This record gives sequence, structure tokens and C-alpha cells, in this order.
Amino acid sequence: MLWADSLQLAVRAITAQRLRSFLTLLGIAVGIAAVILLTSIGEGIHRFVLGEFTQFGTNVISAMPGKTKTGGSPSGLPSSARPLSLEDARSLERLPHVVAVTPNVRGNAEVEGNGRTRRTLIYGVNAKLPVIFRSTVQSGQFLPADDEGSARAFVVLGSKVKNELFGSENPLGQRLRIGGLHFRVIGVMAPKGQFLGIDLDDTAFIPAARAQELFNREGVDEINVAAEEGVPSSIVASAIKERLVARHGHEDFTIITQEEMLKTLSNILNVLTMAVGALGGISLLVGGVGIVTIMTIAVSERTGEIGLLVALGAPRRTILALFLGEAVALSALGGFLGLLLGFGLAQVIHFAVPALPVHTPLSFVLLAELVAISIGLAAGVLPARRAARLDPVEALRTE
Amino acid sequence: MALIELTGIERVFQLGDSEVHALTALDLSIGAGEYVAVMGPSGSGKSTLLNLLGLLDRPNAGTYRLEGRDVTTLSPDEQARVRSERIGFVFQSFHLVPRLTAAENIALPMTLAGIPVKERNVRVARALSGFGLENRADHRPDQLSGGQRQRVAIARATIMQPALILADEPTGNLDRHTGEEVVNLLEALNASGVTLVVVTHDQAMGARARRQLVMEDGRLKHDSGQPAHAPA
Repeated sequence: MLWADSLQLAVRAITAQRLRSFLTLLGIAVGIAAVILLTSIGEGIHRFVLGEFTQFGTNVISAMPGKTKTGGSPSGLPSSARPLSLEDARSLERLPHVVAVTPNVRGNAEVEGNGRTRRTLIYGVNAKLPVIFRSTVQSGQFLPADDEGSARAFVVLGSKVKNELFGSENPLGQRLRIGGLHFRVIGVMAPKGQFLGIDLDDTAFIPAARAQELFNREGVDEINVAAEEGVPSSIVASAIKERLVARHGHEDFTIITQEEMLKTLSNILNVLTMAVGALGGISLLVGGVGIVTIMTIAVSERTGEIGLLVALGAPRRTILALFLGEAVALSALGGFLGLLLGFGLAQVIHFAVPALPVHTPLSFVLLAELVAISIGLAAGVLPARRAARLDPVEALRTE
Repeated sequence: MALIELTGIERVFQLGDSEVHALTALDLSIGAGEYVAVMGPSGSGKSTLLNLLGLLDRPNAGTYRLEGRDVTTLSPDEQARVRSERIGFVFQSFHLVPRLTAAENIALPMTLAGIPVKERNVRVARALSGFGLENRADHRPDQLSGGQRQRVAIARATIMQPALILADEPTGNLDRHTGEEVVNLLEALNASGVTLVVVTHDQAMGARARRQLVMEDGRLKHDSGQPAHAPA
């Protein structure tokens, strides 16, 4: 029997029972739609979270004092570990594939200026910070590349701090007091928004040496390194490790590459997406049971027809193929309908709730359709085998 | 050479604890082009005989030679091929596929045999005009009269140009007039050389056949073709 004919006969059988077939394939459609919708939301969240992290660049490598095996970030409090120093940071600048290096000294301090006071997060860094974290200056300029020891007392304000202290006035050239030290404003950063609930604009940047002075600190909290685009972070990370071990005598620091962090995060989010997809899969299973039911009924109803097909010279495998084909056609159509439904719903959610990220990758779509077809195949096997094994004499006797 | 040769055919059904001998020690030979009516009361084994002749059933013992070839030992797929190419069935209840048109029903054996669409269309068109169904090609069975349905069924039975047509009470669901038409049609086919075996209750129809087989309790009680075998 020709393929096209088998397919045509299967489709004829499906269209002969429109309502019944529609309801059956609706079961599969709802299952596929649930899987597509849930995984779309999962994937959307995945992309959103990774996007949040990669806005700082994907090639950042950080070194922190102290050997931590659990990878937490330091609290900003001085620790008893041997600190990393400004010299350590400078020594990394000439390593291969390193684009920029900045020390990072953090602390909280009161900023007074224009007759107002605000407590804010102070970063002690150098001129390279915008390169590493992809920040842009809105007005004025970032910290100049002064010699670290004698860096001038300049400050660059985050947009939030600037607004709170100066409103719409021009802050450039104004004097500020940060925790008792005097600074002159030379620039304002472009707003960066929030990152996991932290306001990235409620900050002020001062030279690292000034921050050490301000917070009475020997070392730095962190050294941030930007590696060349396209070079694996692990290569650069091991070069950094080698250099710092050579300087410190042993490994008393921790290196975290963003690449690694993103990979771990991505894995976690993938598992999450698969988990919600599996939840949707339960309704797909129910849809599959619906196909088994309807195909079993179809075999009972068409017993006489099966007998006829045998009498007309159809081999068993043709009868098997006809009923299997019918089940697969039902589930494939249902799957297709489910794809449209799921994708449509995802888009509606995207428009109605723009805050909820939704993304439907093509691979999910193809996978879902494949799953639908395999479910049809699995669901059709039992009824189709029953059909193929009928005794033709008995089958022809039923009306 | 005989078209059909049955020797020592036994067919036993298991009904609960008891064995029912549907056919017992049956020897029968039917030549090519014969017109045979099989008669007898219900339960006499005539339907079982027809099923055996049509390879829908297997005997428990004995051999069945169709066109000189022992078909009892063939595999199910090989038997399906023989049914497809050599045997046409006509049923009392027509057995048309309700969702297919008359033309598609007629084409069904060719569809199952994998004959290309072009060839199918040519042969279906010829059959439709041959059986006076040109205006009914696109009608579904429920839009056809009983006589038209049986004509579609006969067209389907002959579309593969079989050597043998097995008809099981072909007029049983028809009124006398349309039944007459259908019998004429079958006899015309027989006249063109096709072997025709008809199972019937109808004495008048049975009498029209050139040879009558009367069955009783799974045995051949009377065979008008070979009086020697049938002591009255």
C-alpha cells in the first residue's frame, strides 16, 4: 500500500468523526500548550536572569582575599585573611589576554554636598572600571588614570546620588565631603537600573587609594579583571592564579570567573525549565490516554471494516499501519494545535504582563511536536495490534 | 485442471467443552468458469466452506488447492496476496466503507494492493460505467439504494480481475426485483469466464446455478455436478 493512500485513509477516518476527533486531539493540544507555555516562561526567566548578569560583561574575572571553597562573596567587612593589595592588582595588568584591571574597595559612607547628606555605597576603583563593567559616563568624565598612590580626590556620582544631592543642578566641579574627606565631582554615571533588587545608581566612585584611606583599610576587597573577548576565562584565571601565588607564596585568595558562575546559574535554570516542562507533560500523558480510548472505540466500531480489509487482501501490517497512522495523525494535529495555542498564550502573557519574560525557542517547538507524535505512536500500538489480530471471519460477521 | 480442489477437509470449532464439526471429510472439485450454488440449512457448514475457499479460515485437516497450488500452507501474508489477486468477495450486508464514496470503495482493493492512482482511476471509471454507476461515483453508501450498494460491492469484487468470486447470500438484503438484477450481474460475470460460488437460502436462485451443492451437518449431501458422489 502506498504511503499517501494510508495517510489519506487515516485522515478520512479522522474527519468522518469531526467532533470526536477534535475533542481527542484537544487533549493532546492542551498538553502541548501547557508544556510550551510553561517552558516558554521558564526559558524567558532563564534569559532574563542571565541577561541581568551579563549586563556587566561576560568576561569578568574576580579575585578575592581568603580561600573560600563555597564561593560566597565577602560581606565588605575586613577579614583576617591576608589582603590583596593595590600592587597585586597592578601586577595583573601585564598578563596576556588581560584588557583591564581595577582594584575594588567597598564601603558605606555619608556623602555631604549642596547642603544635603546621603548614606551611600562607595566604590574605591581606578580609571578602568567602565571598561570592565560596561558602564557609561553621562556627563563629565570618569576617574583619571592617576598614579595610585597620589590619586587626586575626585568623585564620580551614580545617577541616583546625583539626583538626591543636586536635583537638576549641574554637579560638575562641585565639592563634596565623603566621611570627612573632601572630593570634587568630575562626572556622573548613566543610570544602570536595578540588579536583583540592588540599586546600581545609588553609588559613588572614588580612587581606590582614597577609599583605603577613608575606610582605614590595608588591602582591597576584590580585584576585577576583564579578559579579552573570545579567550576562555579559565586560561586567564589560571594565569592570574599563578601570578598571585608567585607573589603571596601560596593560594590565599579565591578566583571567580563570571563564565563559570553563569554556567552554573544556567544549569540551575535549565533544570527549572525542564521541571516545569515535566509538569506540563502530565497533561500530555492524559491526552495520550484519550487517544488510546478513542482508538480502542474506533477498532470496536469498525470491526466489520477490518474484516473487509482482510478479505480484500490487506496484510496484517497494513491494518496495523492504518490504525497507527490514525493515532499519529490525531496526535500530530493535536500537537500542532497545541503549539499554536501555547505560543499564542505566551505572546498574550508577554503583552499583558511585560514584566514576566517569555521566550519560546524553536527547539522546544520541534521537540514538543516530536513528543506529541511519539505519544500518538505509543497510544496507537495497543488498539492497532488488536485490530490487526482480529479473526476476519468473526469480524465480518459483526455489522 | 480444476480451479478448486478440496480433499479431506475437516473444520472443528471449540464451543465451550464441546467440539462442533462444521465440515467433515469434505472432498470437492470445482472447475474454472463453473457456476456453483451452495445450499443447505443454517449451521450446515456452507458459510464455513465459503470462508475456507476465501482463505479467511484454515481447515484443521485436509488440503485446499487453488489453481493447482496448495494454499493451506501459505503464510498469512501470502494468503493475503492470493485474496487480493485471485478472489473477490460479495457479502449479504455489502460491507462498504461508509465514509468513502462509491468510486473509492470500488478502488479500495487496488489501494490496498498499492496500484498507482492513475491506473486506479482508469479502472474505476471503466467499472463505474460497466455497472451503470457513472452518476453515483461521488455518492457515499448511505446515499445509495440497496441495489446500487450491491453493484458497488460487485464492482469492488471484480476490480482486481479475480479468477473466483465468492458471494455469501448476495440477494439476502435486497427485494426480489433488485435481487434479480444483482443475480443477472453475477451471472454475466460468470459468462465472461469468472468462477462463481454463491451461498444462498433461496431455492429459486440456487436453481439458476449450473451446479448445486446441498450441505447438511458439515457434509456434502447432494452434488448435482457429480451424482455418483451423492447417493440421494
